[in-house]
Amino acid sequence: MTATMTKDISHHISDAVMAAYATGSLSQAFSLVVATHISMCDDCRAALEAHEAAGGVVLEGLAGTALTGGLRARVMGALDEDAGEDRVERDVEARGFDVYPAPVAQALRGQGPRWRKLGGGVRQCILSADREGSARLLYIPAGRPVPEHTHGGLELTLVLQGGFSDKTGHFGVGDVEEADDDLEHVPTADKGEDCICLAATDAPLRFHAIVPRILQPFFAI
Amino acid sequence: MNDDNHGPELTFEDGGETPVAVLANPSLDAIVKLPKTIKSARRHMTNPTTTGESAAFSDQTRWMLAVRDQRDKVAFGLLFDHFAPRLKGFVIRSGAKPAQAEDIVQDVMLSVWRKAHLYDPARAQVSAWIYQIARNRNIDMARRNRPLPEALTAEEPEHEPDAGQVMALEQEADVLRAALDRLNPDQRDIIERAYLGELTHSDIAEVTGLPLGTIKSRIRLGLERLRHELKDLR
Ligand SMILES: [Zn+2]
Repeated sequence: MTATMTKDISHHISDAVMAAYATGSLSQAFSLVVATHISMCDDCRAALEAHEAAGGVVLEGLAGTALTGGLRARVMGALDEDAGEDRVERDVEARGFDVYPAPVAQALRGQGPRWRKLGGGVRQCILSADREGSARLLYIPAGRPVPEHTHGGLELTLVLQGGFSDKTGHFGVGDVEEADDDLEHVPTADKGEDCICLAATDAPLRFHAIVPRILQPFFAI
Repeated sequence: MNDDNHGPELTFEDGGETPVAVLANPSLDAIVKLPKTIKSARRHMTNPTTTGESAAFSDQTRWMLAVRDQRDKVAFGLLFDHFAPRLKGFVIRSGAKPAQAEDIVQDVMLSVWRKAHLYDPARAQVSAWIYQIARNRNIDMARRNRPLPEALTAEEPEHEPDAGQVMALEQEADVLRAALDRLNPDQRDIIERAYLGELTHSDIAEVTGLPLGTIKSRIRLGLERLRHELKDLR
């Protein structure tokens, strides 16, 4: 996967989620989905950069706060130093692999996912989990459904390989489904190719039916 | 918030022989606001360090190009004098402790210097480019590393920027500024707080009503152009 693959995306990041990402107020898990989608979608990359233009206009309009003496000299004196280069360049060096664009590749630390069985042939790999939510990769065999689940809040699901359908429509590579807590859905992978998705929630994911409730603490971080 | 929202403009003359020392600690007293007509005239003044079409670019774009292409420290100093006080205001409003604020400003300005080769005037205004560096830095300070999109850039953006595209982008940014100026004070306050990182995700739906669509299509053109160049590189 390289950043030059992008076409035929019909389900994009919503305005509200994009604005939250652009202004830095989106959780880590959702930010991963947005950054990954933007890696695949020029429309949303342009939307992000448009927000940044607005951010620049706001920055320009600030009155400014007086600096203490010495800051200017410290910065000018540091121009010839090399220190810190590794950190500031991290976003430039990141590259994707296989079907994983750079942000996912980074979350995987450059290694293939370590899949865990979820039942029904479905597998998952947790990428991040904190108080604000979690992000995971889901692997759904061709033609199979994802275990029925509900979520306490918002769920973003981005297709990286294959595709799936649920009652709201069809989602192919690059498409994002934004589902709120009312949607109890059974996404089913397209026939012909196994589906890999990046999914993020802001609340623990709860599976019904296939995964016994007693096991949920192991899956729903 | 007062009604005239361009904010104070530091007054230095075009060119490299500005009395930089005077600007080292810009205080509000030292800041004089220019009428809009003079500002737009200044936009088109030539700078002895640039030639050709880029002479018509805004001061900041020319300074940033001089930093990128000539590693020009005088031009960097001018960018510092313009942006560092604003960045300090930004990071304090974003929640940085005052003691920390200047360290962050220092980091951001050094990133501007070190990442200058990534600056592409056909894709972003200098203020937008610095804004995203500062925002990412704020987030990295507050939590862990922010997930960023895969970079979409040739190692070095082309040295002769597409002047038409750069100017058109600058004009779109002017439209955006004018739209922000026209908002009523409450709306304007919400927008500012959003972009300065003071609003939560659930508050953020308010950040609509700016004409982002027009600048978005302009940026989209810049991206298509870049995609084209990237393809030629392969
Ligand atoms: Zn999109």
